[in-house]
Amino acid sequence: MAADVRAGTRSAREVLDEYFDAITDREPEVHAFNVVLSEEAREAAAAVDAAVARGDDPGPLAGVPIALKDNMCTRGIPTTCSSRILDGWRPPYDATVVQRLRAAGAIVVGKTNLDEFAMGSSTENSAFGPTRNPHDLSRVPGGSSGGSAAAVAAGFAPLALGSDTGGSIRQPAALCGVVGVKPTYGVVSRYGLVAFASSLDQIGPFATTVEDAALLLEVIGGHDPLDSTSIARPAPDLLSGLGDGVSGLRVGIVDEMTEIEGIEPGVRDAVRAAGAGLEAAGAKVDTVSVPSATYGISAYYLIAPAEASSNLARYDGVRYGLRVDADDVAHMNAATRESGFGPEVKRRIMLGTYALSAGYYDAYYGQAQRVRTLILRDFERVYEQFDALLAATSPTVAFELGAKTADPLAMYLCDVCTVPANLSGHPAMSVPFGTGEAGLPVGVQVLAPTLGEPTMFRVAGAIEAAGGRTPR
Amino acid sequence: MADRITRADVEHVAQLARLALSETEIVSLTKELGAILDHAAQVSALDTHDVPPTAHPLPIANVFRADEARPCLPRDEVLAAAPVAQEQRFQVPRILGEEP
Amino acid sequence: MRSLAAVIQTMTAYETVIGLEVHCELATASKMFCGCPNEFGTEPNTNVCPVCLGLPGSLPVLNARAVEYALRVAEALHLEVPDRSVFSRKNYFYPDMPKNYQTSQYDEPITVNGWLDIDGVRVGITRAHLEEDTGKSQHIGVGGRIHDADFSLVDYNRAGVPLLEIVSEPDIRSAEQAKRYVEELRATLLAVGVSDVKMEEGSLRIDANVSVRSPGSDALGTRTEIKNLNSLRSLLRAIDYEADRQWTRTQAGEKVVQETRHWDEEGGRTISGRSKEEAHDYRYFPEPDLVPVEPTGQMREHVRESMPELPGARRARYVEQWGIAAEDARILVDVPGLAEYAEHAVAALAGDGGSAKDVVNWVRQDVLAYLNETGLAPAVLAPEMLAELVGLVAGGTISRQQAKDVLAESLREDKWPRSIVESRGISQVSDEGAIAEVIDRVLATNPGVADEYRAGDDGARKKKWGFLMGQVMRELKGKGNAQVINRILEQRLAGG
Repeated sequence: MAADVRAGTRSAREVLDEYFDAITDREPEVHAFNVVLSEEAREAAAAVDAAVARGDDPGPLAGVPIALKDNMCTRGIPTTCSSRILDGWRPPYDATVVQRLRAAGAIVVGKTNLDEFAMGSSTENSAFGPTRNPHDLSRVPGGSSGGSAAAVAAGFAPLALGSDTGGSIRQPAALCGVVGVKPTYGVVSRYGLVAFASSLDQIGPFATTVEDAALLLEVIGGHDPLDSTSIARPAPDLLSGLGDGVSGLRVGIVDEMTEIEGIEPGVRDAVRAAGAGLEAAGAKVDTVSVPSATYGISAYYLIAPAEASSNLARYDGVRYGLRVDADDVAHMNAATRESGFGPEVKRRIMLGTYALSAGYYDAYYGQAQRVRTLILRDFERVYEQFDALLAATSPTVAFELGAKTADPLAMYLCDVCTVPANLSGHPAMSVPFGTGEAGLPVGVQVLAPTLGEPTMFRVAGAIEAAGGRTPR
Repeated sequence: MADRITRADVEHVAQLARLALSETEIVSLTKELGAILDHAAQVSALDTHDVPPTAHPLPIANVFRADEARPCLPRDEVLAAAPVAQEQRFQVPRILGEEP
Repeated sequence: MRSLAAVIQTMTAYETVIGLEVHCELATASKMFCGCPNEFGTEPNTNVCPVCLGLPGSLPVLNARAVEYALRVAEALHLEVPDRSVFSRKNYFYPDMPKNYQTSQYDEPITVNGWLDIDGVRVGITRAHLEEDTGKSQHIGVGGRIHDADFSLVDYNRAGVPLLEIVSEPDIRSAEQAKRYVEELRATLLAVGVSDVKMEEGSLRIDANVSVRSPGSDALGTRTEIKNLNSLRSLLRAIDYEADRQWTRTQAGEKVVQETRHWDEEGGRTISGRSKEEAHDYRYFPEPDLVPVEPTGQMREHVRESMPELPGARRARYVEQWGIAAEDARILVDVPGLAEYAEHAVAALAGDGGSAKDVVNWVRQDVLAYLNETGLAPAVLAPEMLAELVGLVAGGTISRQQAKDVLAESLREDKWPRSIVESRGISQVSDEGAIAEVIDRVLATNPGVADEYRAGDDGARKKKWGFLMGQVMRELKGKGNAQVINRILEQRLAGG
């Protein structure tokens, strides 16, 4: 599409209008967006068309509409993290990824809904109402980047950005039948991403095809001097090797992320079928065990809330956002936060504060960080024998709205296949592969070692082809 | 199931975290946090006495910036977001207690 | 004011144990984690950005120069530099904290285990670590103090300014010693160029931990932390007051409560800062947004090579090269810029135009007095002018007494001493021939006085001498060079 726009065979305005028609048509029922930016998008499209007319290079994503999860700072445009505590806040700066998108000619069409502060697996924790799965409106799109996944699935934009801390890109991608990627930690700048758990958060692409996801990652990735945890390398080159095939690659199906309690047969079958497809394409496929992956959820639900409790301390009614008044500042802080945060956020802040508190640090947070080392070492050991790994993304297909909201722990277990890659920092992505229960989409997860994105995308591409979807 | 976390714990933590929890919330959180911590405590089963903690997934060190001054934000933008601003500063209700 | 006896009695009755925590603002061009200028005194909230305001999504990046400065201090204070150092978050809520956590260092600080020698006593330094400063709040209400305020106004200009916190061991044993420690530390920090260490501007802040115990005891008493010490004078007074307060309580059988206290300058006492707040659980954990600092051999070598002369060495050099007293050397080094001024003045002396010692005497007395009176810095003065003045005295053009006045005018009006002497027409008559002539005339006009002088006893001699001197001076209209007159008169009276 971008090629068309740059060549002038289609105008950015034209492209945009098509997508706005889709939005007008289905957004009222899907509710993927917190805000749709019709005016800004039209202006940006006009600018792209003008550049093309002048003979200037409008960039590799010229005229391509993109939706952004509403926890990425967009200057002058409300960024709410789907929380009442930031309702109406307009950042005075753009996130680095937003700057890179604009420089590439992409058109931001809106900010998408999420679980409040990215905490959740269903987008039901949003202060502004849930997003619905475009495949079945009675079901969740997954979370926390449910809005972005749904936007792409519903055809509101061909591309979207989400953030992944414990699976928040991959899981909704699987549930909505789109491609979702969590890059190696440090490949994409976090500057301007409202922090949830700093050592786990990463921004990543949603797209309908593996190739489009690769293109988007190339645009947003690469070293950022404003992010100390950003890897000192330019964006990875993913497109050139994409068609290389998987002949001779060693792929391991991870037991602890496939043969798990509660996994739906349809999901398990999809993973096996994907494995078979890779074998048919020339890969060497085997099963492999990563024993410590089983402890991923336990470690994650100590580390992530701990970091979150500190990252969310700044929301206190003093400098921006909601303020609920009181006689003294401490009570004002407490009243503001009580009113502004939803139940899941409060739950995690409490959990995290407790895990860090005096007398408990070693047993909880300290121990979790050591378990994290075990998980990291386990994966590195496995990657000495395998080039990539295969697993389920979500143990189930999209569940019904309200099905898991009564039991937080049940909701947390949605992340059992995705958190290990956040803890290790390794890249992982979800590729749609067939359907499961009730004909709902299933996604399979491809994992790779640190900076192994090129291999990961090759394997993902082969799975996509095996699933009968040909890349455009 | 023994109380992994008590009501008093919850109240204390709410104080630390500046959350004015309601009575209902205190009761439900005591239960929920207990269940989550029980599950999370699986990690204590693992032998990690020789294992260093991973604070960062990346083995990066020594990331610096040059000591150069750069432009700041315009003040009106800074104060525009303030819930209450007065005399070019952020107003807050009185502060009880000294800075730690 | 207590009687001397009372003071002496308490002095021997207990031992005071003091540890000092000194926060030093580093004189970098930009803040610790962002590019906002590191400036003092700008309009509120004009010196901020997403990072130091802690806006959602912002991230810190460490200032290389702050690390360099920490390493310089490590070198100067004999601190060890571990291979790895990590930042940690210190979590607590307070309105002047944009993130409600302070990015500081906890269990892996950048330097540890050093010392500073004070007048022959070694004070251990536990650690020196880097952290960011907070914003400032002003409490608005009846008394302007936090306790009667209705509301507060917060300015974040200072948030994010780089600080080095230097913590001493409890090795200090008196208020005076504490003052000396701060002076020496200040001079050292100034010498290595990491801070302008101005207590009055807040670039040097001191908290004192004070406890008392029976003399000869090894155990440590309960300590209190005293904050709000804005000057060395406050430091002295506060420590003395607090030690006395604690001992009095102990003697009365009451326990000393471990707490933070504030020094009340007006009331001359420490006040309990106890609030209703819970004891602070800072929930320290490693800062995930920053990566570890691993000082390389190259970094440390670079610092070593560019180490300037430290105060101790500098003082020793002055004592040796200039032959001045240790106390004078200390003053020169303690007052920022004074030693530089003196060195330039000494360098500007003409061949036989006076000595370095002369220069230092003038600096120590008159120049310093002038600077203290006006609050000016030595940098605004022209050292060459002092050199000229010293030369005028050495050459006999003016007397020492006259020179005091000339110097005063020179400093105030920024005029060259020679031009002042000329315009006032006060130069002495030092010409030997002219003076000899006058002396001979006076002797001739007063025959017999010389004989009376030679024949008389000590008392008579004094009187006659005084008379003759007076006459000579009168002839010279008071401008006679006393030394030359003395010499020639003596010669004449001795029979030459």
